[in-house]
Amino acid sequence: MNFTFTNEQQLLADTVQRFVRETYSFEARREILRSKEGWSRELWDGIAGLGLTALNVPEEHGGLGGGPIETMLVMNALGAGLVLEPFLSAAVLCPTLLSKLGDAQLAAELLPGIASGERIVVMAHQESASRGLLDSVSTRAEKSGDGYILNGGKSVIAHGGIADEFLLTARTSGKPHDAAGVRVIRLPADTPGLTVRSYRTFDGQSAADLELERVQVSASSFVGSESDVLDAIEATRHVGLSALCAEAVGIIKAVNATTLEYTKNRKQFGQPISRFQALQHRMADMFIHAEQATSMSYLAAVKCQESDIVARRRALSAAKVIIGQAARFVGQQAVQLHGGMGMTDEMLVSHYFKRLTAIDLTFGDTDYHLQEFISASSGS
Amino acid sequence: MDLNFTPDEIAFRDEVRAFLAAKLPEDLSTRVKAGLAIRAEDFRRWQKILFEQGWAAPTWPKRFGGTGWSTVQQHIFEEESAMAGAPRTLPFGLRMVGPVIMAFGNEEQQRRFLPRILDAEDWWCQGYSEPGAGSDLASLKTRAERQGDFYIVNGQKTWNTLGQHANWIFCLVRTDPNASKPQQGISFLVIDMKTPGISVRPIITLDGAHEVNEVWFENVKVPIGNRIGEENKGWTYAKFLLGHERTSIAGIGSSKRELGRLKAIARQEIKNGRPLIEDPLFAARLAQIEIDLMALEITNLRALSQESANHAPGPEASVLKVKGTEIQQALTELMMYAVGPYALPFERASAEEGDLRSAAGPDYAAPLAAAYLNARKVTIYGGSNEIQRNIIAQMILGL
Repeated sequence: MNFTFTNEQQLLADTVQRFVRETYSFEARREILRSKEGWSRELWDGIAGLGLTALNVPEEHGGLGGGPIETMLVMNALGAGLVLEPFLSAAVLCPTLLSKLGDAQLAAELLPGIASGERIVVMAHQESASRGLLDSVSTRAEKSGDGYILNGGKSVIAHGGIADEFLLTARTSGKPHDAAGVRVIRLPADTPGLTVRSYRTFDGQSAADLELERVQVSASSFVGSESDVLDAIEATRHVGLSALCAEAVGIIKAVNATTLEYTKNRKQFGQPISRFQALQHRMADMFIHAEQATSMSYLAAVKCQESDIVARRRALSAAKVIIGQAARFVGQQAVQLHGGMGMTDEMLVSHYFKRLTAIDLTFGDTDYHLQEFISASSGS
Repeated sequence: MDLNFTPDEIAFRDEVRAFLAAKLPEDLSTRVKAGLAIRAEDFRRWQKILFEQGWAAPTWPKRFGGTGWSTVQQHIFEEESAMAGAPRTLPFGLRMVGPVIMAFGNEEQQRRFLPRILDAEDWWCQGYSEPGAGSDLASLKTRAERQGDFYIVNGQKTWNTLGQHANWIFCLVRTDPNASKPQQGISFLVIDMKTPGISVRPIITLDGAHEVNEVWFENVKVPIGNRIGEENKGWTYAKFLLGHERTSIAGIGSSKRELGRLKAIARQEIKNGRPLIEDPLFAARLAQIEIDLMALEITNLRALSQESANHAPGPEASVLKVKGTEIQQALTELMMYAVGPYALPFERASAEEGDLRSAAGPDYAAPLAAAYLNARKVTIYGGSNEIQRNIIAQMILGL
C-alpha cells in the first residue's frame, strides 16, 4: 500500500501544472470563452506539445501508453485551470474506446493523428432518453444494399461541434435497452445527412446535438466486431469517470484554496470574515469533502481497468457519488462564502462552481450512480 | 500508487485471522455481533487472551511489552478483530495512560504500572472532564495541594467511563491556582481508587446504561511518587495523551461489521411483501452509508501511510473522527429504523445480561434502540466534532 507517485508521474503533474499556471490565466480563459470557437487551437497544440494527447494512446500507435494514474494527475491540473480544450473527449475517451473495441486496423489508422493532436475524434453515444444509461440506444443502422442507412440523434456530445469525426453508436437490431445489436460507426463530421448543432454549456464548455437523417455509410465504417460493444462502451465510461472525478478533485482543491484566501482578506465588522466560526466550520466541512473526494478519485483510478466487473462498477459509481456530492457542496458553499461577489462573472469562484455543477450532471449524476451502486451490489 | 497491502501485510493479516479463528471465544463474538453490552469480565477475558498471545498492546514498543507493530499492522489487527466480533480493547490503560507513562513516567512507574495494564490486572479510568470543564478542559478546578510527601486532592471528575470497575484513575489536577494561564499549573496524577475519600457515583445515560460515573475526591491523600512527569507540566502530557487516541478513531472495522449486520436485518425485514433491502428509499440510504465508509477507509489508509512516514498522527485525524463518528451514528440510526415499530420495546436488563431474546418482536431488534441512543455520544466524546472542526480550521487551514 502506498499513496506516492513515481518520479515520472510527479514530473508529469508538475509540467501540466506549470503549463496551466503560465498559459491559462483567468484572463486568457475569458478570451477563449469570448471567441466564436470556444476553444483555442493554439493551446491545444501546446497541450499536444506536452505529449498529453498521446498519453492514452498505446506506444505502438505513436503514444505514451500512460494509464489512469497519469490521466488523473493531468486532469487534476487541467481541472484547476478550468481548461476548455477537449482533453477528456478527444485524448482520453476516444483512444480508450478504440483500444477496448480492439479494431487493430482502425486503431492504426486513427490513433497516430489523435496522439499528435491533429485530429479531434469524439465518441457520440448519449441520446435524449439515456439519462446515463449506456444501453439506451435508439439510433438505427438499417441495411441498404452494400451499406447502411442511419437515422436518429445524439444528445449533448461534449466537444461535438469541433470534432473532425465521430465514433457513433447505432442499433442494427433490437430495441433500446437490448444488450445486443449495438455497433460503433466511424462517421466524419461532414457526412451528408449529419447535422451537428453546436452550442455552449453553462460551464463555458462546448457540446453538440447530432441529427442523423438518412445518413449513408459503408459496411467498412463499422468499428470492431458485433460482440461486446456495450462492454467496451462501459469500460470507456469507467475510464472517463475516473478522469472526470480527477478533474473535479482538481477544481475542489482550487476552489477551497480560493475561498480560504478570500475569507482571510474580506473584512466585515472590523475583522476578516475568516475569524467567524460559522465560516470556519463550513470550510472545515469543505476540506473534509475534498479529502473524501481525493480518496475516491484514487480508488476510481486504481479500479477503472479492473477486470472484475462488479468490483469495477461498485468502485466507479461510489466514486462518482462521493465526488458529485463533494462537488455540489463545495461549489455551492464557495459561492455562499464569497457573498455577493460569488454571484459575479468576474470572480473565478463562479466559474469553478459552474464546472463542478456540470460535472455532477455528466456521465450519470449522483442519483444515477447511487442506483448503479445498488444494482451492482445486489447479491454481494 | 497502490491500494493493496504488501505480501508481508497480507501474511500478517492471515496470521491475525488464524489467531482470531482459533482463540476468540464464540460466546464473546456472538455478543459483539448481536450488539449486546460487553461486560467487565468480557473485556478482561479478551485482554488476557491477547496477553497470552503476546498481542496485549498493539500500539506499544517491544521494550514495554508491546508488539512493536507498524501503523499498518495495527490497523489490520484492529480491523480484523472488529470484523471477527472481538470485543474492543479498552483505551484507558493501553492508549491513554500507558503511552504517557512510557513517555514521561520514571523507570519505577513504568515497572509498576505498565505490566499490569498488559495482563488486565489493573483497570484504568480517565479523570479528565469536570462538570465545568468539557471541551474547555484547561478550566478544570480539581485541586491538589502539596502537604509533605503527599498531594491532598479535592474536587469532582465526571464522565468516567466504566470507572465502577476501575482500580486506578489518571487525573488532571490543578497544582498552581495562581499560574498566569489556565493551561499552566496543571499536573498529571495517578490515583489508587481504594484511597479513602474517593467516591464513585453512577450516571445513568439516556439508553438506561451505567457506562459513566462521577468521581468525587474529598481530601484524598496521593503520594508524590504518583505524579507522572513534572509538576505543573500536566497540560503537555494531556495533549500528548489525546493525540494518541487517534489511530483507531475512524472505527472502520467495527463500522464494516455493523454494516453487515444492518444488511442482514434488512434482508429479513419485509416491506410491501419484499425484503426491506430492496426498498428503493431504504437501499439508497444504505448505499450512501456504505459509500461514505468506502471513502473513509481510503482516507484512513492515506492518514496511516502519512503517519508511518511522520511517526505522529496529524490534525488530519480530525477528519477521521468527524466522518467516522457520523457513519457510526448513521448505521445505528438506520438499523433502528430498519426494524420499524419493534425498535420500541425496551428491556435494558436483558440486553446487559446477554439475553438474546427480545421482549417483543424479532430478537435482533432488541438492542437497536439502545445502540442508537448510546451512539449519540460519539460525536461528543474524544473532542466533540465541533472541536474537531476547530482543529481543522486552525491547524490545517491556518485560520
